[in-house]
Amino acid sequence: MSAHPPTAPGAPAFAIVYPGQPGDLTPVTPTQLPHRGGSVNPSVDALRARFGAAVIRHDVVWGETTVYVARDQVATICAWLQSDPSQRYEYLSDVTAVEYRDPMRPIEVVWHLRSIAFRRFLRLKVELPKSGAPLEVPSVWGVWKGADWLERECFDMFGIRFTGHPDLRRILLWEQYAEGYPLRKDFPLRGRFSRAEQLRNALAADPEARYSMEELSITDAFAQLPEDMRKRLGGGTRTGE
Amino acid sequence: MTATKTIEVALSTSGLGPDGRPIRIPLGAEGLTSAPPGLEPEFEGEHMLINIGPQHPATHGVLRLVLELDGETVVRCIPHVGYLHCGFEKIGEYRQYNQIIPWTDREDYLNSMGNNVAFVLGAERLFGVEITERCRVLRVIAMELSRIISHLVWLGTTCIDIGAFTPFLWCFQERENVYKLLEGWTGARLTTSGTRVGGMIADVPDGWTDGLRAFLNGFPKTLDQVDRMLTRNAIWVGRTVGLGVMSPEEALNYGLSGPMLRASGVAYDVRKDFPYLGYETYDFDVPVGTNGDVYDRFLVRFEELRQSVRILEQALARLPEGPVNIDDPRLILPPKHKATSEMESMIHHFKLVMEGPRPPIGECYVPIESPKGEKGYYFVSDGTAKPVRWRIRPPSYVNLSAIPRMVEGHLLSDVIAINASIDIVMGEIDR
Repeated sequence: MSAHPPTAPGAPAFAIVYPGQPGDLTPVTPTQLPHRGGSVNPSVDALRARFGAAVIRHDVVWGETTVYVARDQVATICAWLQSDPSQRYEYLSDVTAVEYRDPMRPIEVVWHLRSIAFRRFLRLKVELPKSGAPLEVPSVWGVWKGADWLERECFDMFGIRFTGHPDLRRILLWEQYAEGYPLRKDFPLRGRFSRAEQLRNALAADPEARYSMEELSITDAFAQLPEDMRKRLGGGTRTGE
Repeated sequence: MTATKTIEVALSTSGLGPDGRPIRIPLGAEGLTSAPPGLEPEFEGEHMLINIGPQHPATHGVLRLVLELDGETVVRCIPHVGYLHCGFEKIGEYRQYNQIIPWTDREDYLNSMGNNVAFVLGAERLFGVEITERCRVLRVIAMELSRIISHLVWLGTTCIDIGAFTPFLWCFQERENVYKLLEGWTGARLTTSGTRVGGMIADVPDGWTDGLRAFLNGFPKTLDQVDRMLTRNAIWVGRTVGLGVMSPEEALNYGLSGPMLRASGVAYDVRKDFPYLGYETYDFDVPVGTNGDVYDRFLVRFEELRQSVRILEQALARLPEGPVNIDDPRLILPPKHKATSEMESMIHHFKLVMEGPRPPIGECYVPIESPKGEKGYYFVSDGTAKPVRWRIRPPSYVNLSAIPRMVEGHLLSDVIAINASIDIVMGEIDR
């Protein structure tokens, strides 16, 4: 295979356009970045023009632009950033959250967006106050399918609910995990439960339960199984031990 | 000689198709249009639940796939991860920056040196320091060596999954050569912990570059051997072409990165698009596939091995003399003999070890092109010696999340090939 093979007939053609000034074509390793200030990502102005008050403030640290936006507008803003031909943030790098050591500071949900066509990087943030309203933000799963597992991990680790996510459940920890959300600052490093209790819970956990034959809606085949097998699989208990 | 030729002809494909790709030779019962009478009706509509892993050699670690099958066709796939979860990010919040580096080895353990470099790149941006030129080139060498290791392991294990054993031995032999080099440099094969904020753990020892040069002379020959064995091999082509196809739009939308994304035809390589360590000054190509199937992923990774050799040769040619560590007592430990003889150095040593360097308040995310894709560490600092948040952006975690989309509709035996083509490392996925 050559390094850049010509597009074969019938193969999906996907041209990346590199518009703008000639300097755009040869990005260089950034050096001597200022701590605060520096050039602002032009998408900030576009966002302000389009969404007005939903863009709360912006911040440039070490050359990276962070935009704080209103919680209920996140999905709309993301959809616009992804599809607008002047923005083209087609790549979602990361979804995560930050909780500060200062208990009064709100939890931040962070989206790292990347525009491959324009070679831009944008960080979106939503602040969720810890008191009062539940920790909820709109899901961006409808915009980028890649958000699926990232949002599930964020829910698993911080307990932030992404409304509109099709299958929001724990991913790295098991579903019956009862100790809380590990990356929260009030969660001790060694966990909430004693070692003995952790062991007891782990042994009592039933990881098969959710994926029994019934859950997977293959009931036709299930109904024809012998009585004892149906009982065993339907209950989701471990087999053959 | 004649015997060799006959075998090669029999094993290679019948040539290239109109699109310039090897023609796929159908394996197994693809020509069979209907099942033998009397068998088909009984099984129709009956689905089977099958569980692959977490203890299965072809899942490359402790991945568990719950598959719903209609005959041999996958109707639904539900992946389960988390069996290796040990809370790296939580532990990182309780450690100073240099103390986190050993955790980065153990996360994507095939790319440990690359992770070390990625970590300190982020930390250095957070501290606002610029490294020396020699350190820059040495880090490029470290990253490309670990890319070679990672791709060789991928190639070898994928061969085993699909049924070829010989290339596995060739790949692992070469991998051992790279590990010998890393061992000579850092003292460890896998868990290198080779970097420090502001420099490296050590400069390369005397004669090390000769060893690297010798490796670079021999390695392309092995690549040619593997190339001859696999690229036109009828079995290899038959088992990989047309599997797990992702269109470019879909691949972007699913957040795929690295060879997975490039095999689909999106020319996005962090080294070119958001360069670091002066990658823009090296002359190398980014291979891009056209069809986005397992075969294209193989071709892309294989070409990346050759490109890594090119980068390494250029890095060796330009490796400048000079210090490896920056001259900053805030970050770099004083030499041992000074720490035991001079009062000031001793104080620096004590403060650095006991309290750790403090970055200013801020946050940063520096992505690198790891062998699996875009990997980045996101740091948030509140001005203390330990990060408020240390986030790993795991490329193979996001790549794996697309596996239901890739395997559904394929045969059970193809699930193994598609899963192998993602190049997952469970240490990175579960963290």
